[in-house]
Amino acid sequence: MPSAPAGTLYRGHEGMWSWVAHRVTGVLIFLFLLVHVLDTALVRVSPEAYNAVIGTYHAPIMGIGEAGLVLAIVYHAFNGLRIILVDFWSKGPKYQRTMLWVVLGLVVVTMAGFLPRHLSNVFGG
Amino acid sequence: MSTSTIANPRDPYARKRLSRTNTELWAWLFMRVSGVILVVLIFGHLFVNLMVGDGVKAIDFAFVGGKWSSPFWQVWDLLMLWLAMIHGTNGVRTVINDYAEKHATRVVLKSLLTLGFVITVVLGTLVIFTFDSCPPGSPAELLPSFCTAA
Repeated sequence: MPSAPAGTLYRGHEGMWSWVAHRVTGVLIFLFLLVHVLDTALVRVSPEAYNAVIGTYHAPIMGIGEAGLVLAIVYHAFNGLRIILVDFWSKGPKYQRTMLWVVLGLVVVTMAGFLPRHLSNVFGG
Repeated sequence: MSTSTIANPRDPYARKRLSRTNTELWAWLFMRVSGVILVVLIFGHLFVNLMVGDGVKAIDFAFVGGKWSSPFWQVWDLLMLWLAMIHGTNGVRTVINDYAEKHATRVVLKSLLTLGFVITVVLGTLVIFTFDSCPPGSPAELLPSFCTAA
């Protein structure tokens, strides 16, 4: 393994880690999408079959998984918009670091709006 | 002694074309265009299914039947299915290109990816178009209320 050169603009900094997170969340979301189309396809089998499988999505442990999935989607969405701005906005590359903090701020705000509602749906009565 | 031509140092850099088509450019552009549309489609999907009413607890056959009795949600979900599947498949293709170095590994992984894409898109599309909100012979309490209203 070659050792990492010190002091590069990209490696080990915000640009690299936001890219790593974009990849990881992207692959996770894609795998869920495949499963989600399969479980939804059960509506063509019978109402009973669909309800039995979708009922497992109501369990507390799945509720936490759904919160994680939404977190992954929200990050991927906002960071994707940041990538578009880096690519197409003339000042995008200059502000890419600032925009990452804006992305993380928007993720926190969105999750603050989503989590109380979702968790009370899952854990409340 | 053979003579070799030396390029004029003042000539601008000429990029050598590696392929005859612009597939990768279109794929790159597609990721950005579909990404923006998917943000709207998926945020709307998550809001309606997880935030409105009782959220995920309210999702059952009657809920899906109610949504897909409207062409609006059929088109919404069909568009979401196709765009998300192409966007996701192209993303995973990029990941495979980056990490799978052996030719055979790449071929196997991309074949699996293509298979997964075709099965999921065909299945999802058929489900949306052939869905019956009120399948005959099913207990009324599992169906949307409009099935028994008439």
